Amino acid sequence: MKKVEIEFAVNGKKRSLSVKPNDLLINIIRNDLFLTGSKYGCGIGECGACTVLLNGEPVLSCLTLAAAVDGKEITTIEGLAKGNELHPMQIAFLKNAAVQCGFCTPGMILTATALLKENPNPSEDEIRDYIRGNICRCTGYIQIVKAIKSCATEAQ
Amino acid sequence: MQTNTKILAQEFEYLAPKTLDETLILLDNYKDKSARILAGGTDLLVKMKTIDLKTDYLINIKNIPELNFIDTADGLKIGAAVPLSHIERIGKVKERYAALYEGIKSMAVIAVRNMGTIAGNIGNASPAADTVPSLIAYGAEVKLVSKRGERTVLVEDFVTGVGKTVIEADELITQVNIPEMNKNSGSAFSKKGRVKADIAKINLAVCLEREGNICKDCKIVLGSVAVKAIRVKEAEGLLKGQTVSTSLIDKIAKRASEEIKPIDDIRSSVEYRTEIARVMVEDTVRIAWERAGGEL
Ligand SMILES: Cc1cc2nc3c(=O)[nH]c(=O)nc-3n(C[C@H](O)[C@H](O)[C@H](O)COP(=O)(O)OP(=O)(O)OC[C@H]3O[C@@H](n4cnc5c(N)ncnc54)[C@H](O)[C@@H]3O)c2cc1C
Ligand code: FES
Ligand code: FES
Repeated sequence: MKKVEIEFAVNGKKRSLSVKPNDLLINIIRNDLFLTGSKYGCGIGECGACTVLLNGEPVLSCLTLAAAVDGKEITTIEGLAKGNELHPMQIAFLKNAAVQCGFCTPGMILTATALLKENPNPSEDEIRDYIRGNICRCTGYIQIVKAIKSCATEAQ
Repeated sequence: MQTNTKILAQEFEYLAPKTLDETLILLDNYKDKSARILAGGTDLLVKMKTIDLKTDYLINIKNIPELNFIDTADGLKIGAAVPLSHIERIGKVKERYAALYEGIKSMAVIAVRNMGTIAGNIGNASPAADTVPSLIAYGAEVKLVSKRGERTVLVEDFVTGVGKTVIEADELITQVNIPEMNKNSGSAFSKKGRVKADIAKINLAVCLEREGNICKDCKIVLGSVAVKAIRVKEAEGLLKGQTVSTSLIDKIAKRASEEIKPIDDIRSSVEYRTEIARVMVEDTVRIAWERAGGEL
């Protein structure tokens, strides 16, 4: 297999890598860049644990070839905080106890930030619809929906 | 067999052409080998991981500017690289092409719609594809381009069976063309899945045109009830040219449910699909009729 040279930005930092055509973005992010916030859950698009932002939009890194992100910008959960200052969505999740085991949390928070960018004041139904691909085994979603709602309200 | 979906085990060459011309040359060069077009990958990579679909070359078309456009001037023309989520955000889609809008919105989840494309949904040729019923109902066509030239094929004729289409190995779907909707027309889509984001047990689109109280023209298309999405032409025939009423809609729905030949599979039984089809046709025809400005 001919390797593919890629250049892309991860959390604002330019990276140049040589990847195999069948390398998945999730594994490059976790194993080569040591950004282990993004999780592997199902590998077939069903759980959302591997969600990252590609040019600002949530995508599934388990179904994305690393080669295909050449020239793009990737944001992982590690890229949301500014230094020691957490992102408002992270604070909202903490305040509302929307995290239990934390496995779904990185994907959930990234999806939630994309929702508020698209729709700054979503209804509960709109929130539930938007995060329907991010499966949480623990919380029952109530606190997660509350956290997203409160983050939206505080931003207003 | 247990497959490891954490990795993509099979090996292939990755090709990322920058222009349409370059893509067509690659497709021509590799037409006798096993090469596949990669758009969003939401069908293809799942299959390569889970059912061991093999390919020697993947040609990524996502970054080709000529395939990244939506033209709303006359009807809708949608480039093959446009993510589904970008289509659902176009005002004209929501206002004029309600069945397409509802079909896309019903699909999967936002991350999948940010990756997946309409051409990929058609090209994958699943009988459950959620954009296909409305595209058939609108009379949409795909534009197929190769080094040899180009042709257009109705979506209705493009898919021939499960995973089967009329595309040639050197051809690319470059865009989907949807005709302008006439005034007084309306459309609607509905789908039954186990949960909202599920693959359809059955899906359905209706597009009709109204003249006063009469239904001038109509198409009723059901997916997941045969090897490909199908029109129920007898039911359409009962509606066309008739004064629309609740009792006529009941009759059409019954005929449509008799006309389909649903399958038994892991998602549903024949009996369930027949009965639910009747109810869905009834509801969806009524909604499309009301959207066309009709009264009951
Ligand atoms: C979790 C999950 C949920 C899903 N839910 C739904 C759902 O509810 N409803 C639904 O309909 N689908 C669903 N899908 C399937 C899939 O997302 C859609 O079919 C999507 O539209 C495929 O587009 P893509 O760009 O990702 O296609 P790809 O996977 O890139 O390609 C699919 C096929 O089409 C071919 N192809 C792609 N583009 C072209 C082109 N321009 N010319 C010729 N051939 C081409 C490819 O070679 C391949 O054979 C789901 C998928 C996942 C992973
Ligand atoms: S690991 Fe990607 S969606 Fe589950
Ligand atoms: S907090 Fe455990 S999966 Fe969501």
